[in-house]
Amino acid sequence: MSDDQYEEDLDLNSLNDEELSEQMHDDLYDGMEEEIAEGTNILLSRGWSPSRVLNDALVAGMTIVGVDFRDGILFVPEVLMAANAMKAGMAILRPLLAETGAEPVGKAVIGTVKGDIHDIGKNLVAMMWEGAGFEVIDLGINCPVEKYLEALEEHKPDILGMSALLTTTMPYMKVVIDTLKEQGIRDDFLVLVGGAPLNEEFGEAVGADAYCRDAAVAVETAKKLIAERRAA
Amino acid sequence: MQPASLLIITCGAIAREVMAVAKSNGWQHLKVTQIPAELHNRPDQIPAAVEKRLQAYAADYDHVFAAFGDCGTGGRLDKVLDQYGIQRLSGAHCYEFFSGSDNFAAMAEQELGTFYLTDYLAKHFEQLIMEGMGLNKHPKLIELMFAHYKKLVYLVQDPDRQLDHFAEAAADKLGLEYERVETGYGQMAQELSAHYSNYTEQVIKWPT
Repeated sequence: MSDDQYEEDLDLNSLNDEELSEQMHDDLYDGMEEEIAEGTNILLSRGWSPSRVLNDALVAGMTIVGVDFRDGILFVPEVLMAANAMKAGMAILRPLLAETGAEPVGKAVIGTVKGDIHDIGKNLVAMMWEGAGFEVIDLGINCPVEKYLEALEEHKPDILGMSALLTTTMPYMKVVIDTLKEQGIRDDFLVLVGGAPLNEEFGEAVGADAYCRDAAVAVETAKKLIAERRAA
Repeated sequence: MQPASLLIITCGAIAREVMAVAKSNGWQHLKVTQIPAELHNRPDQIPAAVEKRLQAYAADYDHVFAAFGDCGTGGRLDKVLDQYGIQRLSGAHCYEFFSGSDNFAAMAEQELGTFYLTDYLAKHFEQLIMEGMGLNKHPKLIELMFAHYKKLVYLVQDPDRQLDHFAEAAADKLGLEYERVETGYGQMAQELSAHYSNYTEQVIKWPT
């Protein structure tokens, strides 16, 4: 029997909770969208709460993906496939999580800056923030400063996240931050920036609160900075 | 006395064009060394690769020039080059060198969701894009990575019917509209020539 055939024959229902959760970590790692949706539904049908499925099966699995990405074992294509699989699980869990009425950890507005249509990293961060219990308002791509300002006014988030993939578009983050300063609202928000050509120094130079090199760091940083701000 | 010499460190994706400019101008005492073009899929590794090459070769040459753009390094390549006092081609990337900054800006403004190919990328599309970005292995990634792209523009340096076919096939695979624009070597050739002239003048002016 080939490995492929074995995978096809694997009945997720036959696994106990612990085995299924571990299998879902593997399925996330392998970017298996349908299996993640199936596993999510099975765990829910066994009485797992939506937040337990999210944390123990999905977020824990994505954490493994994130660590291996950071260590150079996985590359962007594999991370994208994993994120796509997690998205399938999140689509099932999102309405259920909303029904529980749990207070979000924080609120974040995120968007790719003007002139840039790349949203893979931004989407990953948005999903991981959501997975970590944040309410996320995703503004999409090619966002001019006005769009950020409107969203900040409307949603009053804790965090503003900006993403850029291009060297030519990343300076626009400074335009947004400078506008916030001009309007006297810069310190009302934690500003986190990210994207492939950015680095820590750039984040400091444009006046962001932090540069996040990947989605996992974006989650850790958001939690840490919100906790610090609330403690102050 | 040894003849003065110039080293051009170039991205592999434009090495053929750099050599063609040098040859057509009859430039002498010149060495061209290339950094693998595959690094464009991991631009964070470009500055270190260039620096390693500089450490290996730069001392043996009177003058060094980098035939690179920023190439997605977010200014990190410039930091390395600045340490060695080395200039590079102006602009963000080869699409800009070849089409000219103003033309490129106009194309980008016309359709932000444009994916560009050069001769090199048309020729190596399968290896660099389909394989290198994992699209053959995970076809779903085409949808994820190119969701906001509308058009593929093939910037032609040296017209070649076979490359036209490759570029059209690439657009088809990615599900994008196809457009072909002949650029020649554009701004890149002008800048290389200006730099070579400046360098030779400096050499001539050196006290002996």
